[in-house]
Amino acid sequence: MDSREEILAALRRAAPPDPGLPSEPVRGTPYADLALQLAEAVRAVGGAFQRVPDAAALREGVAALAARLEARRVVSRVPEAGAGTAGAAEVADPHQLEGVDLAVIPGRFAVAENGAVWVAGEDLGHRAVFVIAQHLALVVPAAEIVNDLHEAYARIRFDGPGFGLFVAGPSKTADIEQALVIGAHGARSCTVFLVG
Amino acid sequence: MTGHAERAARFAADEPRAHWHDQALWFVRLKRDRMAAAVPEWEALRERAAAVKAHARARLADYLEQFEREATRRGLRVHWARDADEHNAIVHRILSERGVTRVVKSKSMLTEECHLNPYLAARGIEVVDTDLGERIVQLAGEPPSHIVLPAIHKKKEEIGELFHRTLGTAAGASDPTYLTQAARAHLREKFLAAQAGLTGVNFAIAETGGIVVCTNEGNADMGTHLPPLHVACMGVEKIVPRLADLSVFLRLLARSATGQPVTTYTTHFHAPRPGGELHVVIVDNGRSRLLAEEGFRGALACIRCGACMNTCPVFRRSGGYSYAWTIPGPIGSVLAPGRDPVAHGSLPFASSLCGSCDAVCPVKIPLHDQLLARRREVVRAGGQPLAKRLAMRVGGWVLRHRALYEVAGRLARLALRRLPRALLYGRWNAWGRQRELPAAPAESFRDAWRRTRGDGRG
Ligand code: SF4
Repeated sequence: MDSREEILAALRRAAPPDPGLPSEPVRGTPYADLALQLAEAVRAVGGAFQRVPDAAALREGVAALAARLEARRVVSRVPEAGAGTAGAAEVADPHQLEGVDLAVIPGRFAVAENGAVWVAGEDLGHRAVFVIAQHLALVVPAAEIVNDLHEAYARIRFDGPGFGLFVAGPSKTADIEQALVIGAHGARSCTVFLVG
Repeated sequence: MTGHAERAARFAADEPRAHWHDQALWFVRLKRDRMAAAVPEWEALRERAAAVKAHARARLADYLEQFEREATRRGLRVHWARDADEHNAIVHRILSERGVTRVVKSKSMLTEECHLNPYLAARGIEVVDTDLGERIVQLAGEPPSHIVLPAIHKKKEEIGELFHRTLGTAAGASDPTYLTQAARAHLREKFLAAQAGLTGVNFAIAETGGIVVCTNEGNADMGTHLPPLHVACMGVEKIVPRLADLSVFLRLLARSATGQPVTTYTTHFHAPRPGGELHVVIVDNGRSRLLAEEGFRGALACIRCGACMNTCPVFRRSGGYSYAWTIPGPIGSVLAPGRDPVAHGSLPFASSLCGSCDAVCPVKIPLHDQLLARRREVVRAGGQPLAKRLAMRVGGWVLRHRALYEVAGRLARLALRRLPRALLYGRWNAWGRQRELPAAPAESFRDAWRRTRGDGRG
């Protein structure tokens, strides 16, 4: 018997009676104002939050952010937010993304409960772009806020091969004496632009 | 044989440090409390998480097969390992077949349990731990002392000194931001040079054949999206049935672990990187045996949040190393004796049975019941020190014989009053080392009863 068969047989032999899988959906506590709660949650996880009325204001907001960060190399995966620096996104190997100062990434939706933004792999080009960039901007349409993770997973699908993640604020650590330090390995700042 | 008490005594001997360690973990516990209190449906989430895990346990083989089917369909490659040796050999084969000599790893308690790092190092493969806490203990040549906060036992001055020696930071510098930035620069080089990324698995989803990895630092993402090879190692118990079940576990995990509403990066892998490979190694290593143990199988629900450690009055004052096992604290004290009741026989006794661990555990593992049950096992297996065994034997004998008990009581009351302190608090009296013995009452309860009832029947 190979290891696979042996492990599966051992697990079947040891299996306790099945209490059944609970099937009624879990519900969170609804927030009165999703955008307001989202803004609070994003700040609580160390992010910055900026609401902009339209694409023009988004472009301005992103440009101002890039200027403030003195970002020279900018990758934009959101055409309405500006084109980014010429050629920054079109690299063959993700290692060449080292040195990107700011990545502007579309978020499919945001979660009011915890400030997390769902980023779909299809929107990234190279997966590494959101974590290797020194700073991150996430662009989410104002209509796309869900209350909590229960609502979030009702929207997430992996029908084919895929990749996706929640990003909640900038990279952080508290591994030295529990002191919170922003910018561990990934983005040193994370700004959520809510558009509309 | 040294047990937990002796190792804990060494830790507690440095009183200011033990106090500081206690406070640091209590701080994390308070953050967890605030987060839990802010979620009105917290208890419902715990109930649900426990129920989903109980079901998954009963159907583990089916779900693993489903996971394998779905994962394979998406281009992941699934491997099976009975034990630590086989796990290490599989990981090594995957790496060496592709000529990999430089690997970056994000946190995985399973690979700690299997001692993967030394195994690979002995075969010429450099493994760099990339979680900051893990990198700190790796540079110090130590194992993690806590499953979520690996370097919680180290002061910033010690880390400053370590980084000065190993990374060339300024002498005497101990500012956490400065040290973290130095580690970031050092590890970025490692990330860019790595040929493969190793990770653990927080959740594996049977329904979709994907895996989820959670970090705050982004090290699992840096480690897996740059090189073309990702090897993820998981225990069989990491399975959840459906994608939607994640909502329950993710709402609980980070809140319980560090008092955050969610980890910064919650990454769902359902395909290898374009042009790359993603291997998942499924490991038993004693888990099927634990599943067969009726009183203890519930421990397989553990999502490794560390909350039971942060809240445990014994852990906080004795430090992770006092457990001398990969997983310390209450959950480790349940798990370790399952592997070897004699070698780890002292761990179930490293508890006041206060039940605080049960109260915080997000998946409702009845930890203190299990600790008590493990004590019984250890005693049966003869894993108790001789002195304690003898004392218990004598105690049991005295308690069974009424006359003897009365005499013993009288002698004890006399001894407490008359004997000099030096004798009473001698080396033999472990209980009296940090505590005062009670003042002896003038008469026993039995005597008082006889006197007031006056019927002399006792
Ligand atoms: S036993 Fe419970 S509290 Fe302890 S680490 Fe596991 S899930 Fe967390």
